[in-house]
Amino acid sequence: MKSASVPRFSKMLVHLMFILVSIAMIGPLLLIVSISFSSESDLLRNGYSFWPRVFSLDAYAIVLKAPKVIAQAYGVTILVTIAGTIAGLFLTATTAYAISRTNFRYGRIGTFYIFFTMLFSGGLVPSYILMTQVLHLKDTLWALILSGLLTPFNIMIMKGFMVKVPGEIIESAKVDSAREWTIFFRIILPLSTPALATLGLFISFNYWNAWFPAMLYIDNPDLVPLQLMLVRIMDSIEFLSQNEQMLSQMGSVQANFPALSARMAMVVLAAGPMLIVFPFFQRFFVQGLTVGSLKG
Amino acid sequence: METAISKSKSGTKRKRVFWPVREWRHLKQNREILGLFFPGFIYILIFAYLPMFGIILAFKRYRYDQGILGSEWVGFENFKFFFVSEDAWRITRNTVLYEMGYIVLTLVFALLFAILLNEIGRNASKIYQTALFVPYFLSWVVVSYISYAFLDQQTGYLNTILQWFGMEPHKWYLEKEPWPVILNVASLWKKVGFSALVYYAGVMGINQEYYEAAKIDGATRFQMAMKITIPMLTPLITIMLILSVGGIFHGDFGLHYFIPNNQGMTYPTTDIIDTYVYRALRNVGDVGMSSAVGLYQSLVGMVLVIATNAVVRKLNKENSLW
Repeated sequence: MKSASVPRFSKMLVHLMFILVSIAMIGPLLLIVSISFSSESDLLRNGYSFWPRVFSLDAYAIVLKAPKVIAQAYGVTILVTIAGTIAGLFLTATTAYAISRTNFRYGRIGTFYIFFTMLFSGGLVPSYILMTQVLHLKDTLWALILSGLLTPFNIMIMKGFMVKVPGEIIESAKVDSAREWTIFFRIILPLSTPALATLGLFISFNYWNAWFPAMLYIDNPDLVPLQLMLVRIMDSIEFLSQNEQMLSQMGSVQANFPALSARMAMVVLAAGPMLIVFPFFQRFFVQGLTVGSLKG
Repeated sequence: METAISKSKSGTKRKRVFWPVREWRHLKQNREILGLFFPGFIYILIFAYLPMFGIILAFKRYRYDQGILGSEWVGFENFKFFFVSEDAWRITRNTVLYEMGYIVLTLVFALLFAILLNEIGRNASKIYQTALFVPYFLSWVVVSYISYAFLDQQTGYLNTILQWFGMEPHKWYLEKEPWPVILNVASLWKKVGFSALVYYAGVMGINQEYYEAAKIDGATRFQMAMKITIPMLTPLITIMLILSVGGIFHGDFGLHYFIPNNQGMTYPTTDIIDTYVYRALRNVGDVGMSSAVGLYQSLVGMVLVIATNAVVRKLNKENSLW
């Protein structure tokens, strides 16, 4: 066949390009993992490499010698993620359902009320002052949960889904004199399971990866989530490496403490589990962004 | 009509009632749905609308002990202070130029990947999709560790590579010139997978009959991509563009704060409005000026969204966001 031979060659080119792109996407992660399993003295002498030249578990031994820090950070992140996802999903669903109802008199103005917050915001400073001076939530988990609990974007996506629920179902339930919240819990929520799953994943992902609220509101070391822990480690290592002279005067601190590999071991422990779990859900992430449903 | 108003209460449907009474009846009628709307309403009121009044801080010299209302009015002094400094131009330019770069780069590569993913078998394309998507799941904090592994001046991988080619190693975090390239690469690396998958989903949704008809007419794959795929994706591209052009005044804080490691030497080419406001608030504690800059950002951002949408509406009503 004439048409098959030419595409076969170009297909190989396409494959080649994607293989290179895939390496560019995954390679940097492997570099991190490799560093975390490398011996510190070798790293200092020969620099990083994609395969540990001298294999060593020292970094993990050091990091896990004091497991309290990382365990606590995990605890905070998990707690905030679970609480935030459940509450956020519930709020998103109720709010979206209300404005999705065509016979809800305040549906249009309600939609605008939400949409306007996408256009204009008070900015960082007023939110910061609200959280710290008015609500006094500095150094509480509430600050982490309440930031990003309900986003207009998610409401709009949820609304786009709920609008498609046939009005007859709601009407027939009303004929049976069902209350609105019964309709919502018994009919709408079960029908929206796919959207709830997608958005729930989005919300939990955002909570898991959130560092900004923690940077703003958390000083108490017991309440530091994973991402903020990583920020702090980076900062302290920056501080050390910028004061090399000071270190050299103090003696061979740097050689004893595997700063380079331990830091990467920390990242692997902090980001690894999610990185293994989340790609299984990538289908839902794309589904969730049916941007077309934002219209209107 | 006249009689209907005066007496019969049950007969006619159109009664002219004093409007608050009428509204009250509507409220009662809608009370159950309103009840469902209420929690979200309150949350948005507190966390989105209440801070909007905080913009008066931009016109005050804020003191913690005097509170928002008690602090002294200073008019436009905060704005003046910001706009006469060189910072205003620098961070505005950085924010806008970087965002434009990110938008164009991501769009071009995402479209390319989406179209090419469609040209190869399902199974292989699935593997590539996963690989493309992995960086999206990392936070900027984690990515900053990765970039540090490349850019660290003593042991970083990039300097190792440069030395292979006999080039001088760089002190990346102490130079300002390389950052436009580094930040664009980092942004592309992290974001391209997501956009590519969104466009790929769009490509999958195109009716196959178009392609079959084109094949019969002897169109090449390139022609099909240019004449069918891209035009069919235009509405999706436009919506993604409005969303991102509207956000052109809102920079990517994580990218610009963590990847350059918050190093002062890189500020000339990495500082954007978002990082500037954060530093003004956290490091300097200048509430007035940082809220002035925040207000400037919010206002221009809003104008940009509305203007973009208006332009798109004029070109093609179908494609606009509202």
